[in-house]
Parts: sequence; C-alpha cells; structure tokens
Amino acid sequence: MSAGVAATLTASALATVELSLALPLQGGLGGVGDLVFGILLWFLEQWYWLLDWVYYFTGVEMLNPDYRYMHRAILVGLCIGVMAPLIGTFLVHRQLALIGDALAHTGFAGVAVGLFLNSVIDLGVSPYLTAVVVAMISALFIELISEVTDAYNDVSMAIVLSTGFALGTTLISLNAGGLAVGVNQFLFGNLATVSPQSASILLVLFAVIVGTVALTRNQLLYVTFDETAAAVSGISVNWYNRVMVMLTAMVVVGAMQIMGVILVAAMLVVPVAGATQVSRSFSESLVVSVVLAELAVLLGIAISYYAGVTAGGVIVLVAVGIYICAVALGKVQSARGNQATPDMGSIEADSVDVGAGTGDD
Amino acid sequence: MSTQDTDPATAADTDERTTFEGEPDTTTNESIVDLSGITFGYTSTPVVEDVSLTIDQGEYVAIVGPNGSGKSTLMQLMLGLLNPDEGTARLFDESAARFDDGERVGYVAQHASAAKAMPITVREVVKMGRFSHVGLDRFAAERNVGSLFEEPARTVIDAANAVFGRLSAEDWATVDDALATVGMSAFADRRVTQLSGGQRQRAFIARALASEAELLVLDEPTVGVDAESVDAFYDLLAALNAEGITVILIEHDLGAVVEHADRVVCLNRELYFDGPSDEFVKSDALARAFGTEARFLTEVDG
Repeated sequence: MSAGVAATLTASALATVELSLALPLQGGLGGVGDLVFGILLWFLEQWYWLLDWVYYFTGVEMLNPDYRYMHRAILVGLCIGVMAPLIGTFLVHRQLALIGDALAHTGFAGVAVGLFLNSVIDLGVSPYLTAVVVAMISALFIELISEVTDAYNDVSMAIVLSTGFALGTTLISLNAGGLAVGVNQFLFGNLATVSPQSASILLVLFAVIVGTVALTRNQLLYVTFDETAAAVSGISVNWYNRVMVMLTAMVVVGAMQIMGVILVAAMLVVPVAGATQVSRSFSESLVVSVVLAELAVLLGIAISYYAGVTAGGVIVLVAVGIYICAVALGKVQSARGNQATPDMGSIEADSVDVGAGTGDD
Repeated sequence: MSTQDTDPATAADTDERTTFEGEPDTTTNESIVDLSGITFGYTSTPVVEDVSLTIDQGEYVAIVGPNGSGKSTLMQLMLGLLNPDEGTARLFDESAARFDDGERVGYVAQHASAAKAMPITVREVVKMGRFSHVGLDRFAAERNVGSLFEEPARTVIDAANAVFGRLSAEDWATVDDALATVGMSAFADRRVTQLSGGQRQRAFIARALASEAELLVLDEPTVGVDAESVDAFYDLLAALNAEGITVILIEHDLGAVVEHADRVVCLNRELYFDGPSDEFVKSDALARAFGTEARFLTEVDG
C-alpha cells in the first residue's frame, strides 16, 4: 500500500518535471524543434533513396522499398555500431563495463514514466525521450555517489539498476489497460517498431555523442588512462566523468530501440573487448571496435530478418562470436609475432632539450 | 588571491616567465609551493600534521620518510589533489585546490597506476604530456583577428586543430625528443602492457618531460628501474634542474637523495628536518624519524 503511494508520489513528482520540460519545448522551442525534425525527416528520405538504389543494384530482399522499417532499422543499427563502442572503449578501460546495464534498466524506468504520462495525462511524448531524461538523471546520480564515496562500486550500481527496473515495473503495473503489449518491445527491442520519430531522436543523440567525443577525446583518454595525472595536468576529472556517464545514458537509450533493455549493454562491451585483443594502439582499438560492432549489427539484422528471430539477441550472439574469433586471432598474433626485443637506449642527461628552459615551443 | 586567479593575471605570469628563460638563476618572488600549517587525515587521525614548507623556483627538493609517513599525501596536498583539513596549500601562488594551469606541472606517479590492460602505445602515453598545451588557449596566444586576413586558410585549420585538440608537428617533435631522452624511441609503437615495470616507468617519465613543465613532481620514480639507469636518471634530473626546472622528489633510497638533491625534507607525520642535504646527514633527524631504520644512515655516511 505504502509502496504504491510512494510510487504514485514519485510518478507525480516526475510528471511535474516532465511537464516543465515539455511545455517550453512545445511553446518557444516548438518552431526550432519542428525545423530540426523536418531536417531529420529529409535526411531519412535521402537514406531511403540511397537504400532503394542499393536494392535495385543488388536485389537484396531485405532492402525492398516496401519495407521502410528495415531501412530505418539499418540506419539505427549503423549509428549504434559507431556510438556504442566509441563510448564503450572509455568505459571498459575504466572497469565500468556494467554501468551500461545499470543505465539501461533506469532507461526502462524512463520508458515506463513516458507510457504512464501518455496514458494518464495524454502528453503524447515519445517514451524514448523520457527514457533519455530519466537515464541521464540516474547517470548523474551514480556519478555523484561515486564522487562522494571516492570509488565506483558495483554495490551502488546494482542498487541503481534494481531501483530503475523496480520503478519501471511498478509504474507499468499501475498503468492498467493495454500496456502489457507495448513493454516487450522495450525489453527485447524490435526492428519493426523503429518509427521515423524515434529514428530522428537517435540521429540527434548520435550527433551529440560523436561530436562530444570528437571535441573531448584527449581529456577523456587522459582521464581513462590515468586519473591522477590527468587531474595534475589541470583536467577537471569529475566534470569529464559526468560527461562520460551522460553520454553513456544517451547511447544506451538510443540503442534500446533495437537491442532492448536487457541486451543493450553488450554493444558497449563486447566489440570493445574484441578490439582490445587485436589492437596495439588506442586509436586502432577505437577503429577496430567500431568495425566489429558494425559487422555484428549488420550480420545480426540480416540473420534476424531472414530467420525471423529477435534482432537484439542475434546481434549479441554474432558480436560474441566475433569476440571469440578476435581472442583466437590475438593469441595467434602474440604467438607468431615474437618480434625481437629492440635495444633499449640509455637515459641521456646530456641531450636534454625538453623542458621549460629551452623555450622553443 | 582572487585577482591572481583571473586569466589576464595568469597570462601576464606566463609572459614574465618566458623572459626569464635562459636565466635560471634569476629568482622571482613567486614561490612554487607554499604550504602553511597543513594538517590532513583520511580518518580522524592525521597523516600529515602541522607541516609548513616553501619551495622556490629552481630548487631540487627530496622528501624522505619511512613508509606511511605521509610523503605521498603531502605531495597530493601540494598538487591540490587533496584538500587540507587545516592550513593552506598554494601552488604557483594560487590556491592549490583551484590550480588548473596544468601545463606548468609534470607528474610521475609511484606505480604505473594507469589502466594496465588498455591497448595503448608508448607514444600515445607520452603524447598525453602535450594535452595541456593543445587547445584554444594556445591558439588564442598565437593568433589574432589580423591573422585571419593574412593567412585565412592556415588560421582556420589552426582553429579547427585547437578545437579538436590535435597535436601540431612541434608537439610530436617534443614527444619524440622526450622518448629519445629516456631511451625508449625503439619502443614507441609497443603496447604499454608488453613493457616491463622499469620500461613503463621510463614511459611515464617521458610523459612528464613532454609536458615541458616548470615543476616536476616525482613519487618514487625509479622503483623497478635497473641500477644503471637509475644513475642516468638522476643525471637527467640534475640536468633539468640546472636548466631552472624545479624538482620535487619523493624517494626511498636515502643514499641517492643525499647525493643528488640540494635540500632534504624529512617527514614522519610531522616535519623532522628541512634543510641542505649535507646538514641532513649530520643531523639526528633521520634517527628520530625512522627509528630503528636509522642504520641506513651509517651506510650512507661510510
């Protein structure tokens, strides 16, 4: 009883937040929003046109112009294949592989909030949009917990994960009447339900994520590799950690559409783990992880289309298969590549030409 | 304090510094590290108690003390990584906690604390030393509105590079110089995970060198480095110090400290000794601070 009351209270509190967020959007920013949405729809049209040509040349049945939803699914899949490993690389090497899972479950709570609001006050907002907002708030929350307790710990992440899922299930059970059908799509993902609207949301998330990483990759790399030295060199470590978890929340919600809540974290981790096995440098590992992820996504979508099975599951299985191949390849590489150890030079005090004293920068 | 923190003041400082370069003996009034009455504890028991310390430009200071004496903690307080419970810590005449002019400080950690399983080459690690130099600050310093008309293409490219944090050819040259200085050029494209502990430590030293900092802070930098290279490494530090770079060294090896550093700070929760190295050998500070470990002193002496 009291739990139900608490849930209602939380929901109404969230509802006010959502309203205050949504109202100005519909008002002053409405024009800008429409413009952006229009541009994105135009972009989608061009994408359809491109894939139509590919269909006429190759005759691949999956790309048939009658199946627009497949065109959108492929576009969404390609975007996920870039942004998930991009963010995942920074997470995996900080031993934060599970944060994606935690945020996906809070994203599910966000979906529930969206569905709840739509049915109660008829807000008409995409559940993915509320999922982004709720997941980003939870991301900040996880980050603040870790800043206060001086460490990311799996306990706090487990608590946030289960709280998110519990809140989601509670809201959905409250929300009596015809919702049970809709939830599967969020839990397991679905190729056929990628609407032009949610494809547009994903394109915006994609632009924000890729843009942010492009601008801050030096700082993100330094913070990932050596937090203390990064702090000494004047990088605000906490600030970049916050940026990182917010981006993670965006990726997770974006990928949820075809991967589903339960499997979305795999895209952040599995391709990166595969790339780590075979690459030597960091930039190489970024590229390789994106390639592996794209391979998994495209193969997975194709298999799921022709075999008629859930895309999310197949994509993850393909990714894991690729990972196993990468591990094997890595072993072969290190066994065969026993390159001769080069001579290590000596530390030369005489030839010091670095340092502030020279002033040749 | 507040006026010092503003950008124009910092810029003025930097300009001043450039004019002093090449004349390391010229002293400015600015002390690099200034701790007064610092007390800090992770729990209610203080790890560092009532320590006051000033380090001026161009000094070569070694901080010694037994295990758990608060050496590393004191260093973190100096760098503003920790905030003192009592007292004030200032770095380059700014509040250490708010100090963000990272290009003036180079840092080598006690152990390669970094993510060890990460695929990253030695060169990419050393490259990080340049990160505090690239960016819009430098672009603003080198270019002005006029250059947009003189060389439009070049300026736009420079601006894009600054925004995206790309390293210039000079930056890469500095990186390669730093690698050559620590004798790791042949390992530049090796994955850091394939290196031995000592080689990895050399890479981190190279990163600190590549940052072209005025202050080098090294926390037991020679752990795992072979004996021959340790000597060469101290020669390198001496050469850098002779160029006017301030060196703060936390070191276990008392013999090396007495031999190389100009000034010794002996710490065991409280400050036991602060003065020239030769006086440190004669004083009984070591015996008091280290207790039974003082026998090392006789070895050093003999």
